Amino acid sequence: MSTDKPKVATASLAGCFGCHMSILDIDDRILQLIDLVDFDKSPVDDIKEFTGRCAVGLIEGGCCNEENVRVLQDFRKHCDVLISLGECAICGGIPAMRNNVPLKECFDEAYRNGPSVHNPSGEYPSDPEIPLLLNKVYPCHEVVKMDYHLQGCPPPADTIWAALTALLTDKPVELPYELIKYD
Amino acid sequence: MSDSLAALVASTCEEFGNDRTRMMDIVRAIQKEEGCVSSETLDLIAGQLGTYRVEVESVVSFYAFLSSRPKGEVVVRICDDIIDEMKGAENVAAAFAEELGVEMGGTTEDGKVTLERTPCIGMCDQAPAAIVNDVPITNLDESKARAIAKILQEGGAPAHLVTTFGHGNNANDLVRSMVTNNIRKRGPVVFSDFSSGSAIDKALAMTPAEVIRDVKTSRLRGRGGAGFPTGMKWDFTRHSTGDKRYVICNADEGEPGTFKDRTILTECPDLMFEGMTIAGYAVGSDAGIVYLRGEYAYLLPFLEDVLSKRREKGLLGTNIGGKEGFAFDIRIQMGAGAYICGEETALISSCEGQRGDPKNRPPFPAQKGYLASPTTVNNVETFCCVARILDQGPGWFAQMGSKGSAGTKLLSVSGDCTSPGVYEVPFGITLGDFLKLAGGENAAAVQVGGPSGQMVGPDDFGKTICYDDLATGGSVMVFGPHRNILEIAAKFMDFFVEESCGYCTPCRAGNVLLQGHLKRILDGRGEMEDLDYMQKTGETVKLTSRCGLGQTSPNPVLSTLKNFRPAYEVLIKEKKEEGFKAAFDIQEALGDSKGLIGRESTIYND
Repeated sequence: MSTDKPKVATASLAGCFGCHMSILDIDDRILQLIDLVDFDKSPVDDIKEFTGRCAVGLIEGGCCNEENVRVLQDFRKHCDVLISLGECAICGGIPAMRNNVPLKECFDEAYRNGPSVHNPSGEYPSDPEIPLLLNKVYPCHEVVKMDYHLQGCPPPADTIWAALTALLTDKPVELPYELIKYD
Repeated sequence: MSDSLAALVASTCEEFGNDRTRMMDIVRAIQKEEGCVSSETLDLIAGQLGTYRVEVESVVSFYAFLSSRPKGEVVVRICDDIIDEMKGAENVAAAFAEELGVEMGGTTEDGKVTLERTPCIGMCDQAPAAIVNDVPITNLDESKARAIAKILQEGGAPAHLVTTFGHGNNANDLVRSMVTNNIRKRGPVVFSDFSSGSAIDKALAMTPAEVIRDVKTSRLRGRGGAGFPTGMKWDFTRHSTGDKRYVICNADEGEPGTFKDRTILTECPDLMFEGMTIAGYAVGSDAGIVYLRGEYAYLLPFLEDVLSKRREKGLLGTNIGGKEGFAFDIRIQMGAGAYICGEETALISSCEGQRGDPKNRPPFPAQKGYLASPTTVNNVETFCCVARILDQGPGWFAQMGSKGSAGTKLLSVSGDCTSPGVYEVPFGITLGDFLKLAGGENAAAVQVGGPSGQMVGPDDFGKTICYDDLATGGSVMVFGPHRNILEIAAKFMDFFVEESCGYCTPCRAGNVLLQGHLKRILDGRGEMEDLDYMQKTGETVKLTSRCGLGQTSPNPVLSTLKNFRPAYEVLIKEKKEEGFKAAFDIQEALGDSKGLIGRESTIYND
């Protein structure tokens, strides 16, 4: 891998990996993409920690726990441009449906009262390996500054491709109506 | 199912001709008897009117003064607008709550008294105020609140709370109200002597087209605030196709800080009814409706009496003023506590017995209004102007005021000034001169036109009050140097969030976003970016909302951003470390979890 290419990093926080699937949906254009960039920290190449400064960070999912917050903070620190990719990163999405339910009720349903739960002691899991949940699910831009939002559930591969290539080739991002129309 | 309830529903519906469009009257009448419109009653009404339950329920659930759950025999509604708050409404509310032993929104255990808050009730010049059932109680303080609570708990009737009467017709046997007029300055148009019928006589001597021509010549523009030329509106209404036409008087004076129509309705209703009758003649209508806000229900018996006296004098009914074939009569439609109904298409929806939802425009009411017929909707004060114009001549009227705004304007001023009340002043007066009149020259900020208007500072006191500069439907709220401008703006945003009908997204969601960002800044958690965000969001809400409410609701934020930007900037601190947004606090976000799991964070354990 040459080192003078700009780097791209990606992460899936409280999402379903659907947005990452959509990244892969650019199909054989991924070969053009790796001519343009190197992938740094990302599930795509399984690099766990940043190896250096990145030009672009793509974030799928909002923040539902402290681990999400730490990863997002880390991305903000290492990336020049940070993009909320898809509904969950932008608005919280499906996970944020819990925001109207007090956390205790969520825990009780998950660990005590749910129909398939067997938990005679009634304790909530407290292993330090399990990140603590936040009081609610936050969209990324409420936690750190986000530079762009690419909407969609997931954003179509063509939309991701158009945005990424424009950013990486220093051209204005032009998203025609068909690429940002969802109904 | 109780037979007596069924009988009440049947007789009430029959009284209104089993007419679904009279739903407001039907549910109001039933609630008056039963205390609420219960789930069972909703079905009964729907059955009687041959409609669906949801049609009834959507009306009952929409209006603040209607309820499907039982409330106390007496409902105390404390006005919670900004002026009342400044004058001590919080202490009054706390005194009521403590004395009655209920929380705000609750009902005493014996079911006697319910305590609630309500937006501006049009008594800012005598704040803090409340309405107890239909009875306005003004100039409250803690000890009065306690005394009233005791009387009500002992079963005293709300009417007995009034021991002294206000000026003028407030002391009339049909009003018997403690409300004072506070008319501080009389002018030639509204607050002058008037002989009933004189304007009608002059109008009837002309053709309807000539009447409209005179109204056009006078350059009269709508007094509700929007300023549409009245003559043009009448012309459109007259020339729209329809078998029947309507004249509606908008007496839903809900813009906080506006109470000028209250004084007109109390002291010169004849002038207003006369103007409506002339409008009926001009547009070719035989039916008028006054949409009276629920808060002014205490004036209803008096206004009904004025109407019947006019009928006796031949100023309403058939062959009015001896003119063969000219018939016109007026009914009063009561509202039930919804700010949005001041918007003319929402008002029409309400008159038709529906939720107060605004309608799409076009078609405009002049084309398709009440019951899809051509309708002119004008403000209380506009009709008064019309009557005077016909009486005194259009030239007389047009020479008063400023270039684009002819005539006089009633201004209702309240807040930090020595003489709150109603002033009739010529258009074109500077704000500074007006403040001197009202004893508010030390103001640090003035809200002109109510929450949907503009907040201006001393730099703008040289601006003039007229449609082209500082437009207002009448509300002028004065704020002294010790007031927090942003807290006032936040209070206004709370109001709009509450009063948005929820139909369109920009207004329903946008106002909540603006409210949230403003609170964030007030909490010291804002960033400079938030100001840009609020500016953009505010502009979007204005541009894309469906009716006048959303098109003006961002104004508290936008006008303070423009005129009081330093007030925002001093609250914005340097950004927090670690790249977090200023509004995000990781320890706070983990608070619930740490408590439930019983351990500290392994990642954020500083």
